[in-house]
Amino acid sequence: MIYREAGRFKTSYASDQAIFPIVQDRVFVRAAVVAAFVVPPLVAGDYWLQAILIPFLIYALAAIGLNLLTGYAGQLSLGTGGFMAVGAYSAFKLTTAFPRLSIIAVFLLSGLAAAAIGLLFGIPSLRIKGFYLAVATLAAQFFLIWLFNKVAWFTNYASSGTITAPDRTVLGVTVTGPNATAAARYVMALAFVTVFALVAKNLVRGRIGRSWMAIRDRDIAAEIIGVRPLRTKLLAFGISSFYCGVAGAELVFLYLGSAETLAFDINQSFLVLFMVIIGGLGSVLGSFLGAAFIILLPIFLTRLPHSLGLIMSVALQKQIELMIFGGLILFFLIVEPHGLARLWQIGKEKLRLWPFPH
Amino acid sequence: MSDLLYMVLVAPFKDMAGSPAFLVEVLIGGVFAGLMYSLVALGFVLIYKASGVFNFAQGVMVLFAALTLVGLLERGAPVVVALALTAAVMVGLAYAIERVVLRPLVNQPQIILFMATIGLNFFLEGFGEMAWGANVKKLDIGIPDRSFIVRGVQINELELTAAVTAAVLVTLLALFFQTTRIGLALRAVADDHEAALSIGIPLKTIWVVVWSVAGVVAIVAGLMWGAKSGVQFSLSLIALKALPVLILGGFESVPGAIVGGLIIGVGEKLGEVYWGPLVGGAIENWFAYVLALAFLLVRPQGLFGEKIIERV
Amino acid sequence: MSHPAPAGPVLEVDGVSVRFGALIAVNQVSLSVGRGQIVAIIGPNGAGKTTLLNAVSGFYHPYEGRIAFEGKDRTRLQPPDVAALGIARTFQNVALFKGMSVLDNIMTGRLLKMRGSFLLEALYWGPAKRQELEHRAFVERIIDFLEIQAIRKTPAGRLPYGLQKRVELARALAAEPKLLLLDEPMAGMNVEEKEDMCRFILDVNHEFGTTIALIEHDMGVVMDICDRVVVLDYGRKIADGPPAEVRKDQAVLDAYLGVAHE
Repeated sequence: MIYREAGRFKTSYASDQAIFPIVQDRVFVRAAVVAAFVVPPLVAGDYWLQAILIPFLIYALAAIGLNLLTGYAGQLSLGTGGFMAVGAYSAFKLTTAFPRLSIIAVFLLSGLAAAAIGLLFGIPSLRIKGFYLAVATLAAQFFLIWLFNKVAWFTNYASSGTITAPDRTVLGVTVTGPNATAAARYVMALAFVTVFALVAKNLVRGRIGRSWMAIRDRDIAAEIIGVRPLRTKLLAFGISSFYCGVAGAELVFLYLGSAETLAFDINQSFLVLFMVIIGGLGSVLGSFLGAAFIILLPIFLTRLPHSLGLIMSVALQKQIELMIFGGLILFFLIVEPHGLARLWQIGKEKLRLWPFPH
Repeated sequence: MSDLLYMVLVAPFKDMAGSPAFLVEVLIGGVFAGLMYSLVALGFVLIYKASGVFNFAQGVMVLFAALTLVGLLERGAPVVVALALTAAVMVGLAYAIERVVLRPLVNQPQIILFMATIGLNFFLEGFGEMAWGANVKKLDIGIPDRSFIVRGVQINELELTAAVTAAVLVTLLALFFQTTRIGLALRAVADDHEAALSIGIPLKTIWVVVWSVAGVVAIVAGLMWGAKSGVQFSLSLIALKALPVLILGGFESVPGAIVGGLIIGVGEKLGEVYWGPLVGGAIENWFAYVLALAFLLVRPQGLFGEKIIERV
Repeated sequence: MSHPAPAGPVLEVDGVSVRFGALIAVNQVSLSVGRGQIVAIIGPNGAGKTTLLNAVSGFYHPYEGRIAFEGKDRTRLQPPDVAALGIARTFQNVALFKGMSVLDNIMTGRLLKMRGSFLLEALYWGPAKRQELEHRAFVERIIDFLEIQAIRKTPAGRLPYGLQKRVELARALAAEPKLLLLDEPMAGMNVEEKEDMCRFILDVNHEFGTTIALIEHDMGVVMDICDRVVVLDYGRKIADGPPAEVRKDQAVLDAYLGVAHE
């Protein structure tokens, strides 16, 4: 079937308001989601699952979270790492304090804990904007990491200062801890990101998303329409931090297995911000694309010289990586602020007209 | 409870009074760190005043300048030549930034420009390290790192030199702003871009000049900090510390940058030495930010900033 | 409307002054806007017209005097509360949400008519979905009314100026306001666009019975469509009455044409 919408008229507002108004898109996305649940666990090796797919899904969740706050509500945050840490440490404390609590509940509660902390640090956003707010979120980043480092209670007084994911099961399958297979952890991460991507999409296409974008685009006009700035921004902070918190818990429980505060330092905040900018500000799809890009680039940089027979030192790789990240951020901000997501859309529009571009 | 109050409110001051010489040393250490923050913050303020850009990459410019200087010195260039060449590199960098980053992004929201300088930050970090190597280097500019003792207080010659240099630099900049034609143009641009353009002030030249000046300030900061603790990546982290300094001092105020830097530097050192042990230490990492955050809630425009009336 | 509208003027401004430091932008101005009227506020640049509108909208709070809406004092409300009372407005230099589509811009105007229920909205299910579709249908009627069907999916920032003004009017109308404040709705438009805008303003007034207060520089427009004209000069009210009378008023002529001060 040719990818086309001509001749298919929408007969109700409901079909026009759908996430994917074009039939092919809807079919394709549903098929892709089903395939994502079934194919990789059967086909992909542990390396692919562990080194690429699992971190991709987890970072995509964090990127969606930050995108809700920065891309949709227009509030820049450099504290993502800190909010992820809140999720991770809450999950650790919850699993050790309540061993019988379902791991799904643990993740959700950890997200709520992060949301509460996010709300707290979002309060200054009433009075301050832009990079002033960025400084407030930096305060969150440094303070939270310091707190988890210094207060031994958070690590259950472990002398190593690390938190470790215990074994937990869902429906009889071990999904976290040292005995969980990569495939099980993958499915778990995928389930979460699927549900929450859908929720994010629902939020941004409705009343709440419109108030966020209104505040982002023109706060004064938003107020006169009845958007309450503090409430709206705080909601964005809370939901964004919830996503980051769940992602942080997943990072330790589904990916790393154990972690110290170092895993959540300021670089983590920047990494997620890069995903959002490169993927596309104000796009849920872009968050996935950005996460994929940022995860794949270092792997690509490791492999490429190797396959070309070149020898590249680790330091040089790191430097090139920084330059590419930095360069791409400039490129996208200047040329295409809507990031990879917009490029994807342009590609689709070309396809819609194909093979008659005029 | 009263024990806690005693530990927080009384004991630290008793410690201070008990050993005034040590207190003075702590204060000097704080002033020195504060001056470094001030120098970085100064670069921020200059650029912000002239182009409305919040330059996150200022700290990396410090690192970049220091790396370039060390690289040239290592290759046997005399100090004066190396300094001149580094200055030339920084001017070239300013030109490139105006051409590649600022010009295409003119009239974009500030937040976009801010994120662009984050990109610039990472690009320069990678580029600088690739060009000059990433290992920690000792920067030796001929000022001995030794101390003498005045009335029982240790004073470091290097720190003293740094303090004097910073003071001279600030004075020069203030004069530059107040008396020269370029300074006047800069202030006009800062006030209103379009009006400045319409009376024939070449905006692009102004931007190159101001980013160059910020580059030179970065050299001085890099020089001092590098001589003290070696040239390394952590230099760029002082850029982050400059953010709270700016919030304290106000984004558009040169004296604000200086005073803000000193407050943060001294406050952080005092906090760390006298109160830090109560909570397990290392509060230097966040003290500045939390102080700035608290300050924001009380006086968002900074110590020296003017109250902003938002026009509808 | 199920309940009868209260009698008396919709908006009453009573001896209101607004100061910025030493500058008195609006000086003891009183005016009232009756139900169903179209009232114009005119005056030379810097006369305090927009400031007065901003005070009514809740952006500035008067230094003295009081503002009443439907007989209730509302001098010190914040903008969102003003919106909740049923006052909508447009801005002098168009304040659309540029990154959002025209449709989303207008849908945002419905915000106060929508009920929030976070969980249902997160699932886009049941009442939340129904509500979204009902409001979409309402917004489509406004889109038809203002003849902007062709651009409903276009990002607002990409529209030409005249259309942006029309979309802004649509957004204000979406709130079904009792009082509509228009700040220079026809500034920068060509003759044709002005005629369209006049027609829309009159239609809004006739069909929905919306009370309108507008600031406008084009005297022809003001004389044609307004029931009453209020003239400000240097923050003070110098005339108030039907267009025909105000046109002949000596103080108004002096303010506009300049008068030789001895």
